[in-house]
Amino acid sequence: MTDTHPSDTDPRDRGGPRQPILSVRDLKKYFPLRGPLGTINAHVQAVDGVSFDVMKGETLGVVGESGCGKSTTARLLMRLIEPDAGSVVLDGDPIGHGGITLRELRRNMQMVFQDSYASLNPRHTATEEISFGLRVHGIPAAKAREQALSSLRLVGLDPTLFADRYPHEMSGGQRQRVNVARGIALNPRLLILDESVSALDKSVQAQVLNLLAELKQRLNLTYIFISHDLNVVHHVSDRVLVMYLGKVVELGPVDRIYRAAAHPYTRALFASRLSMNPALRVEAVPLSGDPPNPVRPPSGCRFRTRCAMAEAICAAAEPMLSSVADAHQAACHAVIPGSGHSQAEALAHAA
Amino acid sequence: MPHDPVVEVSDLSVRFVNRDLDLQVVDGVSFSLAAGEVLCLLGESGSGKSVTMRALLRLLPDYARIGGKIRLAGKDVTTMTDRQLEAVRGPVGAMIFQEPMTALDPVFTIGTQISETIVSHEGVSYREARKRSLELLEMVQIPSAERRLDSYPHELSGGLRQRAMIALALSCRPSLLLADEPTTALDATVQIQILLLIRSLQRELGMATIFVTHDIGVACEVADRVSVMYAGRFVETGPVADVIGRPGHPYTAGLLRSTVHAESRGQLLESIPGGPPDLADLPVGCSFGPRCSQHHAACDAGVPAMVPIGEGRMARCLRPLLATAEAA
Amino acid sequence: MSATVETSPVAAAPRATPKRRRTGGFWRRVARHVMRDKLALLCTVILALIALSAIFAPWIAPADPYKTSMMRRLLPPLSPGYILGTDELGRDMLSRLLYGGRVSLAMGISPVILATLIGGALGVTAGYFGRHVNMAIMRVVDVFYAFPSVLLAVAMAGVLGAGLFNSLISLTLVFIPPIARVAEAVTTQVRNQDYVEAARATGASAPRIIVQHVLANVTGPIMTYASSLVSIAIIISSGLSFLGLGAAPPIADWGLMLNTLRQAIYVAPINAVLPGVMIFAASVSFNLLSDSLRTAMDVRA
Repeated sequence: MTDTHPSDTDPRDRGGPRQPILSVRDLKKYFPLRGPLGTINAHVQAVDGVSFDVMKGETLGVVGESGCGKSTTARLLMRLIEPDAGSVVLDGDPIGHGGITLRELRRNMQMVFQDSYASLNPRHTATEEISFGLRVHGIPAAKAREQALSSLRLVGLDPTLFADRYPHEMSGGQRQRVNVARGIALNPRLLILDESVSALDKSVQAQVLNLLAELKQRLNLTYIFISHDLNVVHHVSDRVLVMYLGKVVELGPVDRIYRAAAHPYTRALFASRLSMNPALRVEAVPLSGDPPNPVRPPSGCRFRTRCAMAEAICAAAEPMLSSVADAHQAACHAVIPGSGHSQAEALAHAA
Repeated sequence: MPHDPVVEVSDLSVRFVNRDLDLQVVDGVSFSLAAGEVLCLLGESGSGKSVTMRALLRLLPDYARIGGKIRLAGKDVTTMTDRQLEAVRGPVGAMIFQEPMTALDPVFTIGTQISETIVSHEGVSYREARKRSLELLEMVQIPSAERRLDSYPHELSGGLRQRAMIALALSCRPSLLLADEPTTALDATVQIQILLLIRSLQRELGMATIFVTHDIGVACEVADRVSVMYAGRFVETGPVADVIGRPGHPYTAGLLRSTVHAESRGQLLESIPGGPPDLADLPVGCSFGPRCSQHHAACDAGVPAMVPIGEGRMARCLRPLLATAEAA
Repeated sequence: MSATVETSPVAAAPRATPKRRRTGGFWRRVARHVMRDKLALLCTVILALIALSAIFAPWIAPADPYKTSMMRRLLPPLSPGYILGTDELGRDMLSRLLYGGRVSLAMGISPVILATLIGGALGVTAGYFGRHVNMAIMRVVDVFYAFPSVLLAVAMAGVLGAGLFNSLISLTLVFIPPIARVAEAVTTQVRNQDYVEAARATGASAPRIIVQHVLANVTGPIMTYASSLVSIAIIISSGLSFLGLGAAPPIADWGLMLNTLRQAIYVAPINAVLPGVMIFAASVSFNLLSDSLRTAMDVRA
């Protein structure tokens, strides 16, 4: 998905091609854990101070293990759940007070879910499902149906065959195409793909990935691509954001992240990938143990309990997301000069 | 005796029959597996891989009809009574699942469940069984195993639960381990831990192992041999390096090409056209025919037979890719 | 070891290919399933017969159901001119049973419909909005739910006074809590589905989502449950009439007939049992039909 700066000509563009389409600052969500009497016993720190920008026309890959907060982040961006703190700015406009409305936000930003079956209403036909959102935004029924049919065509489903089908009358790949059609029907600028191809069979997954690449070009879309599948993220992303226990640990261009990751967690994650060559099997476990409980995350750096490089400073202070190279940031004391980590000292001496 | 295969399956077929439909879910599957060997059944959803594996222990719902021969450790499974089957499940063939919570009982501790299984199958004392349980937890590398014996399944993390389930499966020293996508639900960093664990245990204990997966990466990590399934049939079988390196069946080749890998970045993927087959409406000829780029008229005449295509390799194709590659 | 099978026939079977038959909408599928169920079909026929005979009672009844005759009291069935005999006041049994069906069916169905509307609305509201709204609605409902239904109906009817209309109100009140419970449970389930979240993501308002997404998916289970209550309603309303809290003489009502004929059970046992047979037939038919509906709706594809 090459960047052709299509936003130069997009009439929806307000702030110019260099202004991020989405600017997220210090997003936070703690879910309360309630006891039997309804009292709050503890909080799951699902998303804890997440900041990033999404540039126009790019695909931002988001990776991390279950419980790292990547799906919660997606729902916070869509405002399907209310953030506890933080701001989201869409192409220069803040959401709420003085900025654009929630409706406006959702017109510009749509989401495709993982489970193709659960995300379609079993009592709606494909057309009904797609036109629902259009009707919500005030488009009359006949016109909404027409637009729904053209969305179906865009995702490669022949309306004469699929317009009146119910979810159970379609295969997983076809259902996921309907979900994509619903996502693009409102002509959004940003599409959040939350594990959207993860549940599909490999042969179908490739078709949907190709479709997404094609739609991005044709409709001038920006993607936030959330997935646990590192190969798929590598394939589609321009930049990659790595999350661990509710924090961003690394962010950078895809080639940097995949070739020269700065954070030990990112490196371990990539080393855990299965080899596609029986002669080059993984022989040693890259990272032992499971991710810790997000209710009681470790002090300081949240990764330190599983990190081979952990030192005293890692327990004492939380590493900030800091620049390690051009457009490449990581939150690790070992790469922050002057942090007090022995490797950071070495880094400073070498410089 | 030492060269007797642990598993011998010939012409296995499974049909699902109920009031509304009659589906041939598995059709004409034959293979054998020696001690210490790992076979991967590779296929997409609905290919029959999981049903094939469950048929070996007859762990199928009532509406399943099994045909063909299945021999485990020399004994015919298809004619066994329920009582005889119970004696086979566990000591001969043990199974691990994708979701450990379905295999572990939530109301008993890990230690109780493992000890219970050992006592019921081997008739040893509880004290002895508990000692064995502890050894098993240590064998699957559960940290502070002594304490974990008294944990309930929900108190363990996903990775530990998976290890506990493996310990439970190994409790009767099975000669055959059946693994049904045991790492699919796990995170990447935990998945590789469990795969390496199963690989080392399998070698150490010399178990024959059947691994069901949809993930070619998993097959590359654990398998000796791979059998690729499509629409209930084996379409290709052979040593893992050969099948992955030089696929013989167009479906295998298509699957490999459509799998995303590092070099594909920025390009369109070569996908297999069309969707998964409808088991209720399979073509008369090769079931992959409608999606196959090599398809020609002869493919529709009948289901192709498995033909040898090299050292230890078979493919169900009239024009296997290897033949054309060698001819060229 | 429990075995869940990946390739269940449901998951494996219907892959859409263009030439495949169209299966149509949800309700059409349910109807087709019920039609194939022979027992359910029989129940439908019985209910249809009862309903039709009740509706057309004035035209098909052989005699005036209120015309008494001291001369012809408690004639046995198959007496000339009185196919099912007469009751303790010499009224024609067949005519009274036909007319009685009007009251009994109305008393069985209308409170359930009313309770479904009210209880359904309460339950869906509680289920969709959750948290405090749910707490407020469901706790009140639970208070009523705590009483046994018959006791509650008798108490209500007692407070309101005898009469058909009052027993209709008390029956409605009795059925609101269980229906609200079911509606709340299924709504909570549906509300957490991705498609509702996707609908929210389009910017749709809560009422719009409820009408277009939630209702379509909860009416099935709620109606199935409600249909199983009709038989209970018939029985309780007959009970109220029997106790003198519902229909008052000389109205023809199965429950009331059972009550008044009770004294004649040794003299004319068959006559005395006939109203009971009707109550039994109607309520069992409703129950079996509702069972069949439930399984029909379970079938996903």
